[in-house]
Amino acid sequence: MDVGRRLLLKGGAALAVLAALPRALLAAAWPEKAFASTEADAAMSALFGTTEATPSDRITLKVPEIAENGAVVPVTVSTTLENVESISLVVENNPRPLAASFEIPAGTLPDVSSRIKMGETSDVIAVVKTDAGIFSTSKQVKVTIGGCGG
Amino acid sequence: MASKIKVKAKLSGDVAEIKSLMLHPMETGSRKDPDTGEPVPAHYITQLTFTNNEKTVMVANFSTAVSKNPYFGFSFSGAKAGDTLKIGWVDNTGATDELETVLK
Repeated sequence: MDVGRRLLLKGGAALAVLAALPRALLAAAWPEKAFASTEADAAMSALFGTTEATPSDRITLKVPEIAENGAVVPVTVSTTLENVESISLVVENNPRPLAASFEIPAGTLPDVSSRIKMGETSDVIAVVKTDAGIFSTSKQVKVTIGGCGG
Repeated sequence: MASKIKVKAKLSGDVAEIKSLMLHPMETGSRKDPDTGEPVPAHYITQLTFTNNEKTVMVANFSTAVSKNPYFGFSFSGAKAGDTLKIGWVDNTGATDELETVLK
C-alpha cells in the first residue's frame, strides 16, 4: 500500500517534468554560453557574434549613480531605435558580466525594467540589437556594499 | 500550489503596461551558508515568458545577477480588455511557476 503510493507520487513528479518540457523546448534557447562568460567581450561575442556595438544616444539607460545596496540595483532601458530584437544588460565588473537578455517580439515596446546585483562599482552597458545592428550605451554605477560606505 | 507570481497590468489604449514580481531566492552559487560554511548551490530563474492570447510578448533570460525576488516590467501594444496574459518561469533546477490573468 505504502509502496504503491510512493510510486504514484514518483510517477506524478515525472509527469509534471514531462509536462513542463515541451514549453521549455518551445521557448527560445537560454543563451548558456553568453551567461557563463567571465568577460564582457566574451559574453558579447557569444550573444551577438561580435564585440562591436555602435554607441547610440537613442538608448536611455536609467541606473542610480550610487547604489548603496549592490544586491538590488534598479535598471530601466528604453530606446527610440526601430525594429528592436533584444535588449541585454552587461555589468562589466561582475564575475559573469551578462546579467539578463530580453527578447523583444514585434509589438512589444523596447522599454524594460528590472533589478540586478552588482558585486562592485562598474560600468553597466545596455546593448540593443535591432535589424540594423548592435547599439549600446553605458553608465557607471558606484556600489557601496552593505552600506558600510565602502 | 498557488502561484507565487504577482502581476499588475495597466491598459492605456492598446498598450498594456506590465509589472511583475516573482518569489525566488536567485542564489548565485558563490555564497556560503553563514552557519555551516557550506557553499549554497546556484538556484535561479533562467527564463521568464509572457504570452498574451497565446502570442509571446516577452522572453526574459536571467542570470544569477538578477536580484532576489525578481522584479520585471515592460509594455506591449495590441492589447485589449479581456485578453488572457500568461506568465511563466523556469529555473535552473527545472522548477516552474505560472500565473494567468485577464487584462481589464
